Amino acid sequence: MYTPVKCYHPYYGPYDPCPPCKTKCYQTPPNLYLGFQPMNLQQYPLQEALYKGTLWPCLYDPYPTPVPEGGKR
Amino acid sequence: MWFYEKKLQYPVKVTECNPRLAKYLIEQYGGADGELSAALRYLNQRYTIPDKVIGLLTDIGTEEFAHLEMIATMIYKLTKDATPEQMKEAGLGAHYANHDHALYYQNAAGSPWTATYIAAKGDPIADLYEDIAAEEKARATYQWIINMSDDPCLNDSLKFLREREVIHSQRFREAVEILKFEKDRKQFF
Repeated sequence: MYTPVKCYHPYYGPYDPCPPCKTKCYQTPPNLYLGFQPMNLQQYPLQEALYKGTLWPCLYDPYPTPVPEGGKR
Repeated sequence: MWFYEKKLQYPVKVTECNPRLAKYLIEQYGGADGELSAALRYLNQRYTIPDKVIGLLTDIGTEEFAHLEMIATMIYKLTKDATPEQMKEAGLGAHYANHDHALYYQNAAGSPWTATYIAAKGDPIADLYEDIAAEEKARATYQWIINMSDDPCLNDSLKFLREREVIHSQRFREAVEILKFEKDRKQFF
């Protein structure tokens, strides 16, 4: 399943001086997975496309990534 | 040849007087992964790339200049009314001493733009991979600036610019696919 963000838990040593950042995340936008874009994909209406920065829902990647219902960052 | 349309690609509205943000935005103006580097990199690579992807480099290189203009507008609006004192507080004292309120092609740390930021290897795959990397780096830079900015109107424009980086990366990846497979070409051995 496609997820626009991946997270991991960096090692935190017992003598590290600062409070730990327990989870680190990085973006994995949809262009990493699409390959050569297939023909006739769904499009946004023009006004919306101009606002979003792309004509294609499959390539739209809002940032900061919206938190899914009931999920946590 | 170019035609100039006398408006921005996407509106730029700045609500907060925050010259410090201008200091960070300069990274996208004259930084290594900024819009000037991008535009010059792509438009320069056009001459030594296979015909099928020249148009793509022209289009994206041209759009980068439209982005450059948006970034310039943001920086100008954020600093134009700042007093020397405010410039100093925003970390722009050195900039003010050298340039007053003028924009300059330099990165957020004040290093002037240099041609060493752009590469032209002449190898189509190497050059396109460079372009993909540049787009992802510019996308990341926009993320870091958005993370530091709390101006919703400015962030709106920055999010648009970030999405364009995603699309450009996608198109460069497709260009690599075209060159990899020589689509529609009959091969004789």
